[in-house]
Amino acid sequence: MKRFHRSFVAGLTVIMAAGLVLSGCAGKTPETKPTTPAAETTTKKPFEGVTLRFLASQHPWTDTIKKDIAAFEEKTGMKVAMEVLAEGNLTQKLTVELTAGTGTVDVFMQRPLQEAKQFEKNGWYADLNAFVKDAKKTPADWDINDFHKGPMAVETVNGHLVGIPLVTEQEIIYYRKDLFQAKGIKVPTTMAELEDAAKKLHDPSKDFYGIVMRGQGNPAVTQFSSFLYSMGGDFVKDNKFVMDSPEALKALKTYGDLLGKYGPPGVLNMHWQQASALMAQGKAGMWVDANSLYLNVTAPDKSQVGDKIGFAMFPAGDKGVAPYSITSWGISIPKSSKQQDAAWEFVKWASSKEMVLKTQAAGNPSARTSAWNNPEGTKSWPAEWVEVAKKSGEVGKPSDRPLVINVGKARDLIGEMITAAINGKDLEAVAKDRNVKLNELLAEENK
Amino acid sequence: MSRWIEKHLKWVFPAPAVIFILLMMAFPIIYTAWISLTEWSMSAVTPAKFVGLKNYINLLGHDHRFWMSVWRTFYFTGLALLGETIIGLGLAMMLNRDFPGKNLLKTLFLLPMVATPVAIGMVWLLMFEPTIGYMNHFLKALHLPPQLWLASEASALPSLVLVDVWQWTPMMALIILAGLVSMPSDPFEAAEVDGATPWQVFWKITMPMLRPTLGTAVILRSIDALKTFDIMYSMTQGGPNYSTETLNLYGYSLGFGYFQMGAASSLLMIFFAIVMGIVIFLNWARKGALA
Repeated sequence: MKRFHRSFVAGLTVIMAAGLVLSGCAGKTPETKPTTPAAETTTKKPFEGVTLRFLASQHPWTDTIKKDIAAFEEKTGMKVAMEVLAEGNLTQKLTVELTAGTGTVDVFMQRPLQEAKQFEKNGWYADLNAFVKDAKKTPADWDINDFHKGPMAVETVNGHLVGIPLVTEQEIIYYRKDLFQAKGIKVPTTMAELEDAAKKLHDPSKDFYGIVMRGQGNPAVTQFSSFLYSMGGDFVKDNKFVMDSPEALKALKTYGDLLGKYGPPGVLNMHWQQASALMAQGKAGMWVDANSLYLNVTAPDKSQVGDKIGFAMFPAGDKGVAPYSITSWGISIPKSSKQQDAAWEFVKWASSKEMVLKTQAAGNPSARTSAWNNPEGTKSWPAEWVEVAKKSGEVGKPSDRPLVINVGKARDLIGEMITAAINGKDLEAVAKDRNVKLNELLAEENK
Repeated sequence: MSRWIEKHLKWVFPAPAVIFILLMMAFPIIYTAWISLTEWSMSAVTPAKFVGLKNYINLLGHDHRFWMSVWRTFYFTGLALLGETIIGLGLAMMLNRDFPGKNLLKTLFLLPMVATPVAIGMVWLLMFEPTIGYMNHFLKALHLPPQLWLASEASALPSLVLVDVWQWTPMMALIILAGLVSMPSDPFEAAEVDGATPWQVFWKITMPMLRPTLGTAVILRSIDALKTFDIMYSMTQGGPNYSTETLNLYGYSLGFGYFQMGAASSLLMIFFAIVMGIVIFLNWARKGALA
């Protein structure tokens, strides 16, 4: 008896321990709930009991849509579990979860210029054409033709529709109207005037700086692109990086000089969040960045100088005015999601005419013609801002970064050139060296 | 069945633990070692391509960023360890005598250790802000010139060391304090009778007797310091211009920034070897000191 008892206990221990290990593993697989296809159901709430996981970026668009999600949940019966992350972290989280391919993500925001090529190459996107072209899943009044052509082209890779464009943006100058007036400075229309204005405004002894822009290498690349285009340069020409061309060097020097001479201390560590914070606290005379971020310096709860901010078009370089005019954010469904119909229901809603009008009215320039044509869509915006956005859209370039697969690495290398330019050291040597590395990267990808 | 279990009881009982370790520790290391020999962009569509030692040759042969990050990893660890050991020893000596409020003080010392690293990073990020941060405010009050802290390539890494010292000195102090408390009192009494000065007592009695404790504390702390990631990632992400990029951060950027999983894995294998090497060396040095 005693003997039996002992072996029984031993056996039990093994079984329990094994169960522990197994349950530990099982805990990581996501709970998936069955999806009821929209077309089949006749009940009032077709997606009762579905929980949708939505990975979103920290962005004014997200702030706006968040307020309406409760209404959407009420209408469809599904729950939307939303996680908001800074853009770099969002990419990394997506990369990890989509690689795992376990269907933990149902909807996500993406930056088509940054990620579309890589994600499509990795087979992570569901082709949204399947939903858009299915009359049962998408009513005619959702109207795919209402979207601008440029953004739709950017969201189409290898014939697959990888996302629906949400936010478009252009690079503009934000400036302090009151100070420009007090000092009698003309709103800059050329690079020389921009530098001159920065010089006149710069007063570091009073903790006030002429101009602020992104100084962190990698994030600065997109804002630098307009300088590059306006000087007549480009990242890639004839399938070769030409970041060591005279035009590129001149653009780099202009960008670096502005920040190096008339920028705040610590600019090398600044993304748009830090730059806009200085502008909003009244510590800078000008800020050059995307127009879609304007609420960060004009909204009364974020800015001390909100009513004093003016908007101006990006200044002309040697080759005229050429700011970027791009699709910065879109919304996508991963192929691995196990509830794609519910996910499409959400995407369809978030990109519907009604919601786009709402998000645009709240300050997020959209890619829908109907929202731009509707006076409601631009009513709450400063008239000057709308004017600048329309004009910039007409002359703008559709991309703000080199269109390679490994955008992250290319941006780091170009970022090193920008850092050298801001530090005012060895710009030419660094540009030459990094351009060689960029071309190695490109050759590797074209293999 | 039961007889079999009984006969092999010495294998059966440790089996769950052994299986757990194999699954959770050995497997990831072996898998990383395998990936380090391939070229893989985290794609399920294009499988990993075997490239042999190419990733290692690339890193060790002509990757400036890699060698700089090796140097920074050692620099950070060395400087942090030095600061933490000296200040920790001082704190422990102070806490080893009786004074009112001693227990309260001990509890307060624990606070930096138990705080969330990312929260610490955020707080220090604000304090280091050159235009509006407290650190420069503080320096100005003392009539010292303001610093750029994290925003300059020269001072970013030392600033991170400062945060690490602030966070981990209490742990060193506690370990050393435990060593001090457990010391026998007779050598000290004998020294007092013989008329030794406090200085002599410290160097001739306290330090030699404290050596094993110090050794353990240094090993524990150096392993952690080498692997520091959280405060660096939350404060600088390796910037400005890579000046705070240690091996851990470079590996992260290779893997999740550039999708070069093969290169990232080979870097981690090298890093693993370095940490192992240091631990073996320190252990050997500690045993030598004991003997």
